Amino acid sequence: MKATCWTGRNSVEVQDVPDPSILNSRDAIVKITSTAICGSDLHLVDGYVPTMEKGDILGHEFMGEVVEVGPGISDGTVRVGDRVVVPFPIACGACASCRAELYSCCENSNPNAGISEKMFGHPTCGIYGYSHLTGGFAGGQAEYARVVLADTNALKIESDLTDEQVLFLSDILPTGYMGADMCDIEQGDVVAVWGAGPVGQFAMDSARVLGAEKVIAIDKETYRLDMAAAQGYTTVNFEDTDVRSALLELTGGRGPDKCIDAVGLEATHGASHVEFYDRAKQAVRSETDRPHALRQAIMSCRSGGVVSVVGVYGGMIDKFPAGAWMNRSLTLRTGQCHVQRYMRPLLGMIEQGKIDPTRIITHRLPLTEAPTGYDLFKNKKDHCEKVVLTP
Amino acid sequence: MTADTRSTPRLHDDPLVRGLGWASALLGVPQVAAPAGFARALGVGDAPRHRSATTAVGVRELAAATGLLGRPHPVWLWGRVGGDLMDLTLLARALKNHNGRGLGRTVAATAAVTAITATDVYAAVTRTRRSTPMELTAATTVTRSPEEAYTLWKDLERLPDFMAHLDEVHVTGPRTSHWQASAPFGRTVEWDAETTQDVPGQLIAWRSVGDADIDNSGEARFEPAPGGQGTEIRVSLRYELPGGPLGKAAARYFGEEPHQQLDDDLRRFKQVAEIGEVVRSEGAPGGKRARGEFPQHPARPLTEDELKEALA
Repeated sequence: MKATCWTGRNSVEVQDVPDPSILNSRDAIVKITSTAICGSDLHLVDGYVPTMEKGDILGHEFMGEVVEVGPGISDGTVRVGDRVVVPFPIACGACASCRAELYSCCENSNPNAGISEKMFGHPTCGIYGYSHLTGGFAGGQAEYARVVLADTNALKIESDLTDEQVLFLSDILPTGYMGADMCDIEQGDVVAVWGAGPVGQFAMDSARVLGAEKVIAIDKETYRLDMAAAQGYTTVNFEDTDVRSALLELTGGRGPDKCIDAVGLEATHGASHVEFYDRAKQAVRSETDRPHALRQAIMSCRSGGVVSVVGVYGGMIDKFPAGAWMNRSLTLRTGQCHVQRYMRPLLGMIEQGKIDPTRIITHRLPLTEAPTGYDLFKNKKDHCEKVVLTP
Repeated sequence: MTADTRSTPRLHDDPLVRGLGWASALLGVPQVAAPAGFARALGVGDAPRHRSATTAVGVRELAAATGLLGRPHPVWLWGRVGGDLMDLTLLARALKNHNGRGLGRTVAATAAVTAITATDVYAAVTRTRRSTPMELTAATTVTRSPEEAYTLWKDLERLPDFMAHLDEVHVTGPRTSHWQASAPFGRTVEWDAETTQDVPGQLIAWRSVGDADIDNSGEARFEPAPGGQGTEIRVSLRYELPGGPLGKAAARYFGEEPHQQLDDDLRRFKQVAEIGEVVRSEGAPGGKRARGEFPQHPARPLTEDELKEALA
């Protein structure tokens, strides 16, 4: 089959690889009908995530039709012919974390958990196509994929919604939603979202659904800010203005009630000296992540507010504003998305028309043109917001 | 490091040890009985100091012979090594102050003692049993009752499913079993084990018996976790590692970090207990061998041949 493979830093190729096979009894094989490139794939391509091997298949946002199930799949769960969306975190459903609906902290799904435990203190779940730190599972930017523990990791789509309407249930829609959900939004809240990429856009939509009165989008790409403005959100361009001052101005000096970091470790900063400081530290590995968005969110948030982090961090940061966080009673909430917790309610919201996930799609390409898709998305060419690939 | 201090019966039948014992006796008798003649034969002269030195050496040889033939123990072999070094020192002095008469014989004697020294060092090193006790502990919590977790562990033949280094366990009797494991540097070690304690739902303990390649013992305890969260399992293992600290350091250098291994083993026990099998990925298709597989297979489907090997 054809698959999008990581072949080195800044290098992605579509290669011919063997078809997947059942490795565990509760596996299923899915013939992929739609898949997408995620912002976090760029962290891999940019070389910020260790333990990548040349030839790794990328992609953790995919859906398709079940064509084979393992002998351990019990009747009434997943069947050949089912149309399914696959959540990116592999969850076992049986460990204490899964029972607490903390699916991305699954204690059993990562064969390389011993290594992720070294970095993170405790193991984290397996993820498709996302380095060997998260298990070394083949990704879904391909014609077929193996779904692990398929009876807990495949959402069956029974309505006639299109692929584009449900594909993002695999990651970015629940991730954006969890960013807003962790904010405990109350009626009338002002919610600021750092990053107007796909996850940021969905965090904004979710904040509004959850009752926010004003939603503020922070980015530097005008086309992304325009996309947010078209939904009625207020925009702040951090290249033109000081973010904290702008937020104070917009909130009568209080600061946003809730702040969402939908940027993560590869943030850029409007002020070149700050940008240079963190880039230099990152280059010499004195810190691994550039936390501009997180710092700004903590400094800007109203006292007693919530800073919710769904942008990806992988290692260490410098200059964490612990004083602001502690003295102003801020709550910091985080996590890789517990997709399985949010998929069903969000599917309901899509069916009811409360959220339209298709609004962020700017590019549709065949799988064979995945490298072009990466180039458009990474370099923000042609006003690229989200690339959907079809095998 | 602990050296084995018991007199080891197997040295009684060791041809090298017995040979060295008789060599000591054959040297010691003429040295004590006719020291002047012996010294002359070596070409070192027969002045009183030469004679008394030769007698002293002879007494030492007879003591070594008695020990090696009567109560063989590595300490006598090391004694011979010490004696050899003394002899070499004496011969070196003799060579340095030589008057020329019989120089050839002294040189020949020095060469012979050097060869004997090499033999003695070899015998002493190989006949000394050295080991480092190593204790490992690890803990995990599984969402199963203590009885379920105990029952799973009690099925000894299933241990190799999740313990990376175990190749096979065969139950040979109600309390006995035979174990086969991979050791560092591609070696295989085997031992018989007996269950020393067995309290259903709480504790299983075992130890190796007989002439095990690596003496070892261990226990697994099962206790209810607070708040009804399942069962806390604490495992401790004790190994007598061959090769002393050097062996331990070498094993570590080659990536055989025992603590990590036990942690990983328990993580896989948890997988078996909670989801029924060890999770495999394309990068770590061998399941329990995941850590040893770095750099791993790329995260892409395996070819048929690779698949056969991984699932073997």
